[in-house]
Amino acid sequence: MSIPQALDPAAAVKAAFPDAIDDVREYAGDTTLVLKPEYLVRVAQYLRDTKGLVYNVLSDVSAVDYWPDYNRPGRFGVSYHLLSMLYRRRLRLKVYLAEDEPTVETVTGVWPGANWLEREAQDLMGIDFKGHPDSRRLMMPDDWQGHPHRRDYPLGYETVMFSFNAEEIMKHKPRATE
Amino acid sequence: MGVISSKLGNLGVVTTTLDTAINWGRNGAMWPLLFGLACCAIEYMGTQASNYDLSRFGMELNRASPRQADLLIVSGRLTRKMAPVVRQLYDQMADPKWVISMGDCASCGGVYNNYALVQGVDEVIPVDVYVAGCPPRPEQLLHGIITLHEKIKGDSIRHWAAPQEAIRV
Amino acid sequence: MAVQSAPETMEQVFKWEGSLDDLKGLVSERAITGETMLLNMGPHHPSTHGVLRVLLELDGEEIVTCLPDVGFLHTGIEKTIESKTYEKGVTLTDRMDYLAPMSNNMGYCLAVEKLVGLEVPYRAQIMRVICLELTRLNSHLVWLGTHAIDMGAMSVFLYAFREREMILKMFETLSGQRLMGSYMRPGGVWRDFPEGFLQTLESFLEYFQPKIDDYERLLTKNPLWIDRTQGIGVIEPEQAMAWGISGPSLRGSGVNWDLRKTMPYSSYEQFDFNVPVGEHGDVYDRYLVRILEMRESVKIIQQALKKLPAKGPFRSENRKFVPPPRAELGQSMEAVIHHFKLWTEGFSAPDEEVFVAIESPRGELGVYLHGTGGTKPRRIHFKTPSFVHISSLPIMTQGHLIADLVAIIGSVDVVLGDCDR
Repeated sequence: MSIPQALDPAAAVKAAFPDAIDDVREYAGDTTLVLKPEYLVRVAQYLRDTKGLVYNVLSDVSAVDYWPDYNRPGRFGVSYHLLSMLYRRRLRLKVYLAEDEPTVETVTGVWPGANWLEREAQDLMGIDFKGHPDSRRLMMPDDWQGHPHRRDYPLGYETVMFSFNAEEIMKHKPRATE
Repeated sequence: MGVISSKLGNLGVVTTTLDTAINWGRNGAMWPLLFGLACCAIEYMGTQASNYDLSRFGMELNRASPRQADLLIVSGRLTRKMAPVVRQLYDQMADPKWVISMGDCASCGGVYNNYALVQGVDEVIPVDVYVAGCPPRPEQLLHGIITLHEKIKGDSIRHWAAPQEAIRV
Repeated sequence: MAVQSAPETMEQVFKWEGSLDDLKGLVSERAITGETMLLNMGPHHPSTHGVLRVLLELDGEEIVTCLPDVGFLHTGIEKTIESKTYEKGVTLTDRMDYLAPMSNNMGYCLAVEKLVGLEVPYRAQIMRVICLELTRLNSHLVWLGTHAIDMGAMSVFLYAFREREMILKMFETLSGQRLMGSYMRPGGVWRDFPEGFLQTLESFLEYFQPKIDDYERLLTKNPLWIDRTQGIGVIEPEQAMAWGISGPSLRGSGVNWDLRKTMPYSSYEQFDFNVPVGEHGDVYDRYLVRILEMRESVKIIQQALKKLPAKGPFRSENRKFVPPPRAELGQSMEAVIHHFKLWTEGFSAPDEEVFVAIESPRGELGVYLHGTGGTKPRRIHFKTPSFVHISSLPIMTQGHLIADLVAIIGSVDVVLGDCDR
């Protein structure tokens, strides 16, 4: 059984979807295709099923928040890290999402493993994945407000206790009783 | 005197106080709840295993049900999502019950001073002994358990109503 | 945005608002009418390996649907690392997957090194390999003990932990801590192997090899063990890849994929070892794969001991990223400046993103790191194997008995700290 010749992902996607790619970036050996959000699912399907590409595994979905002064097309970025076991290489798809409406189509139809990875991004970063089969919160309790991994969400630490401020902190700290 | 005394030896009469007898019984067979949260639970398992052998202290029997346990070892970080569960486990345990807060995270939040973590289990349940360390060595946990034994030895029926102060190891 | 404040009374802690309607579409219609039973398992359950909660829909003893619920150990490690410098972040990565702390260190350090373009000396790479494989042994031993205990084989636990103590003792001589050593740092490792460490390691390997036979004698041909594990929790290779399952659980299904072989890092390409692959994709095959992996790890460490150069730097000497050793501070003004700068402010990394994946004992550990141009990361995201494995529990457990669920959870080797972070 011979393996078909490997294709350059950027060129292949450009040929199949001329409008889809905004930018192609290379850094430290990682290739990033910056896509228009509306093309994401179609490009993902294409990358998975085309001979010479076969990105059959979705390694990771990670969302990043560029708040406050972002010099990027949108406040949020969502990176999809694909892995091709056949050609032993990785590829990153990236979409930028606007601050007021961070919505993108789900890729659970392409890789079922995206299910929880997207739920995590939805819970912690507040990215809305349209068409997701199960959009409950994953990590935080159901009644939690806000999305903790956004940059404008405070880390929420407690002041370190010293003898001069111990009394003040203990006044606010809940204490358990029998 | 017949068979019994020849087997046991002639013990004669032992006199003691009721307090001492009760506390002796409580120390000798304290059953911990089979409960682990995070990294410290691994060290707790190490304490249970062959090298440190927790059964020397009459604690080899981990009860999976809180109703049969005397000691809750909170081993690891307690998140806000988990806090109600731990409180419920504590409430389900029958009196007398004790709590060891094992590790820095359980005692004071440890290295995680952030949104997700309860800054010390004493916000949720009362603690008898705090054990420091991230995670504590099995020896440290054993020291904490022995300290708890010491604390129980000083217990008296008269004090049962009034809660006592915690000990920091 | 409203921010949740800490609860102040016990009533607030206990407040729970929810109804069965939330589960519509997730469980079958029969559960809503009460024909099948909904059973809650966990988060306090002895055999869920931590604080995993599983909501089961049962038809008699048969599992119809299985809905895992995680997050009971969500510690906010990713967010906390964003507030630390790159060097300090290592300490927090230890505590994610607490059975394999060195693997987490490795993933994080590789990501930082890739982001800033830092070279690691050859000797440090070999030292890292030794530590990584020791960690794999350590992790697999805990897995073996707890997995066997779940199925009722008590004695394996005692044997496995006896050997594990020796590994922990070696870690302690390396880093001063039994579990959370933070031994690996960006650019290499924290310090050189202490005197006598290599001899201890060699004698440990001699001692350890026959012990694996002992474990196998207890389990591999044990009819009870075979009855409980063969044909349970089968996952087909196509399905496993689509769900992103990795590591020994993927190899148990017959996919020959090991990142150490296929996409090598840290000089793994120079080592000669086999990748054990299963056939049926059931619990028993995953067990066999892990046992064989322990043997391979021993082989790798033995080769590494031969390859390890007697002398050479154990950490990069690029002073823009790596603080100078203590001895230099008394002699060189430049060293003092570097020391001060690196420990107060840290080094800065470009506003770029990198993704690195390594083969942790549980599977593919991916680290996504995004710099800001400053000294703290903008975002770090860990794709952890346990997270993916728990998410695929529903397809593995479907149609099995409730007692088999315990076997399946044990066989994919989940660590909840790894899953929730």
